[in-house]
Amino acid sequence: MSTADATQSVVVPKARVREKARKPREGQHPALWIAVIAIIIFCLFPFYWLVNVSLKTGADLSGADLVPPNPTLDNYESIFRNDDFLNGLKNSAIVSLTTTALSLLIGSFAAYALARLKMRRKFMVLAIVLSVSTFPGIAIAAPVFKLWTDIGLYNTLPGLIIPYLTFALPLTIYILVSFFKEIPRDLEEAALVDGATNFQAFRKVVVPLAAPGLATAGILTFIAAWNEFLLAITLTSSSSARTVPAAIAFFTGSTQFELPLGTISAASVIISVPLILLVLLFQKRIVAGLTAGAVKG
Amino acid sequence: MATPVATVGAKRARKGVSADKAERRLATRMVAPSMILIAIVGAYPIGYAVWLSLHEYSVRTPGLSRFAEPYGLGNFEAALRSDTFWSAFVNTGVFTVISVTLELLLGLAMALAMHNAFKGRGLLRTVVLVPWAILTVVTAITWQTIFEPQLGFVNTMLNAVGIPGGDTVWLGQSPHAMGVMIFADVWKTAPFMALLILAGLQVISNEVYDAAKVDGATTWQRFMRITLPLLIPAILVALIFRTLDALRIFDLPFVLTKGAYGTNTLSLEAYEELRANRLIGLGSALSVLTFVIVMAVSFLYIRFVGGNIRSLTDEGKA
Repeated sequence: MSTADATQSVVVPKARVREKARKPREGQHPALWIAVIAIIIFCLFPFYWLVNVSLKTGADLSGADLVPPNPTLDNYESIFRNDDFLNGLKNSAIVSLTTTALSLLIGSFAAYALARLKMRRKFMVLAIVLSVSTFPGIAIAAPVFKLWTDIGLYNTLPGLIIPYLTFALPLTIYILVSFFKEIPRDLEEAALVDGATNFQAFRKVVVPLAAPGLATAGILTFIAAWNEFLLAITLTSSSSARTVPAAIAFFTGSTQFELPLGTISAASVIISVPLILLVLLFQKRIVAGLTAGAVKG
Repeated sequence: MATPVATVGAKRARKGVSADKAERRLATRMVAPSMILIAIVGAYPIGYAVWLSLHEYSVRTPGLSRFAEPYGLGNFEAALRSDTFWSAFVNTGVFTVISVTLELLLGLAMALAMHNAFKGRGLLRTVVLVPWAILTVVTAITWQTIFEPQLGFVNTMLNAVGIPGGDTVWLGQSPHAMGVMIFADVWKTAPFMALLILAGLQVISNEVYDAAKVDGATTWQRFMRITLPLLIPAILVALIFRTLDALRIFDLPFVLTKGAYGTNTLSLEAYEELRANRLIGLGSALSVLTFVIVMAVSFLYIRFVGGNIRSLTDEGKA
């Protein structure tokens, strides 16, 4: 965690000093305590409610108890027997991890050139990259749907991974450019003086130093890919390529008379677990990535 | 890649000018893969969408299933004449304005609280990231269970407290469904707004406040005259990010209502024509219209954060 601390203190050194300076003077105001508790309830209660519903079955489901009267894992058992869900989990893992890996590999080259090397039209290149990230998914989905059906990539995993790069690459590049900028030039220059080429300096010196930045970019890209929904439902037609958010959205149609709310809730809890774990483990890195570049303007 | 780069290194030792050239060549090579991919998966589809939108093409109509017929602006005319497009346009606008405004106000309040809370700030940061990290589809399902008429938390509370309306079918009638959608969006993204604003708060120097305190400024005056003006850049970036996302909203209405009860949005309308009705020409025209609207807003975005891009690409400063 100390590396994450280091990257953050580069951004907000003054805030840290002030925190310490103020502490002894002022205590925590009661109104502030109320605000803090309100924020915690606001953020966590809805997810708690989902977990609560996922632990109920049968008659309990039609009651609105705050705590399940007869907590049971039946919904979880049934969701792990559902092939559509299991396939979805597998597809989501493959698609999200591949998208993240490709995006880091290709994006880190571009980010390094933009952050460090002499190059013409840098502003234009970065502006193009950023404007692609603002394209509405539907404007990509329509033509890619037609294209994929023509060339046979419709309803395949590569057919999802390729268009996922439209949002993954700009995200990765933007975060990495601001991280590469934070790395002191001295070490790189020392390597260049010792006869290393620019590319060797990048690979041997910058990449290891930028590990926290790469982790940040990777985590944010993974979360975005795991979350993606529009392309996932437009470019797939069966559970062989559907990712898990798309699979869940189609559960609702599976039973005609009763909404399988218990099972859907259990599935929703399961697919949120990897993301919540990432947040718990890498809170500082995620915040640093989200705010990278946003406060310097 | 190693061999040409190695010779470049040797050249660098001999001559500064060719090293400069070599560096530029390396930069081009390193940027090229990303730019080519972005062109293939980003620019090309948009161009193709424009082409499709100018042709009559339907997978359903037998004669049109293989070949696209030039159709001029017919698809756009059909789209602009249809009530569904305009209602989707209005719904998207209403959703964007209300949700982004609420997110800004709530995000600002949360950021101020987090900034002043000495105890539990780390915990708060983690807690606040939970709604942000939860998938939009799961967010929709979560709020569905909360607003469910019988087993939902909201109606149960209304009944328990004795407020009328405890039998409301929230997702089954007109302004209510939009209300739930806005609520869900605010829950998911106000924390993101709070984190961006918090980052802006943390770079404001403490000396400014101390000086104002010495001069006898009240807390409110300090907020209005110092904090808010200095926060404007951070707020603008957050606002633009959120506006672009809100204009593209798709997941929430798809899962909550499938676009019924006044929640149909531009992206959802284009999707329906494309997938459900198999009208590729009309669907493409609708997605091009959505694209134009979003790009108009993102043009503002580039203008506002243009300074940021410049600082990231600026050679001299680093």
